Amino acid sequence: MEKYIFYILSVIIIAFAVASVSSRKMLRSVIYLLFVLCGIAGIYFLIDYNFLAAIQLTVYAGGIIVLIIFSVLLVHHIEMELEMAKPLRKVLTGLLCLLGLGVFLYTIYNNDFNVVENNVTTSTADIGAKLLSYDAGGFILPFEVISLLLLASMIGAIVIAKGRKLNDKNNEAL
Amino acid sequence: MIAGISIYEILTVTSILFFIGIYGFITRKNLISVLISIELILNASVVNFVVINKYLYPDMLQGVIFSIFIIAVAAAETALAVSIIINLYRQISSVEVKDTEIMKY
Repeated sequence: MEKYIFYILSVIIIAFAVASVSSRKMLRSVIYLLFVLCGIAGIYFLIDYNFLAAIQLTVYAGGIIVLIIFSVLLVHHIEMELEMAKPLRKVLTGLLCLLGLGVFLYTIYNNDFNVVENNVTTSTADIGAKLLSYDAGGFILPFEVISLLLLASMIGAIVIAKGRKLNDKNNEAL
Repeated sequence: MIAGISIYEILTVTSILFFIGIYGFITRKNLISVLISIELILNASVVNFVVINKYLYPDMLQGVIFSIFIIAVAAAETALAVSIIINLYRQISSVEVKDTEIMKY
């Protein structure tokens, strides 16, 4: 049963990813990205990492997608069609990507993974304890650093997006 | 673990996702589309971390914690990128890559 759910999820992920990079309507491409992210959250649920799936849904589907939709609506007319690359360039890039994919798959299928059969369930409490422990192998320092990074990027985003009013000097510069 | 699914199949799916992201990154001409492609690439790598953690080292949590950090960095990066795009649109009225030729005016 889980097997078929995984196959369905991967078909959804790949189909919507292709649609997302090839759609000519900006807003649709963002919505396709939302479906890809939800499919990935489904994979997290399948391999028993419920906390990660929740994070994926709240941060990506709830936060990042809303930010991107917001910026699309601010800078585009909804019906505007995107300019596409030349066909030759598309074919060349596609071939290059297929080549890279071939190299990846060759390496993966020739590697002998030392898979451990298990049914371990990770609880959120384990992840929290690991994040806040300052023993050897604990992650308290990166945790603090990432909180500083979030603060810095928040302030930076406000300062950059606030900008300044367009005045005559700026109009001359255009 | 997912019953009946080997690690090879999941890694195949994430590799395909990664290269779809690369394809979009190179062929799209719009800053927001480039941002979407970056999200695809980051997601593929996050799934790889989690899957390798689950299949090869089930007693450890390093993969999960690193993927949480990757998600946090991706959120910060998106917020900054969106603010830069909005500021750029205010100044040059366009978000096409080819029009973006000034860093400072």
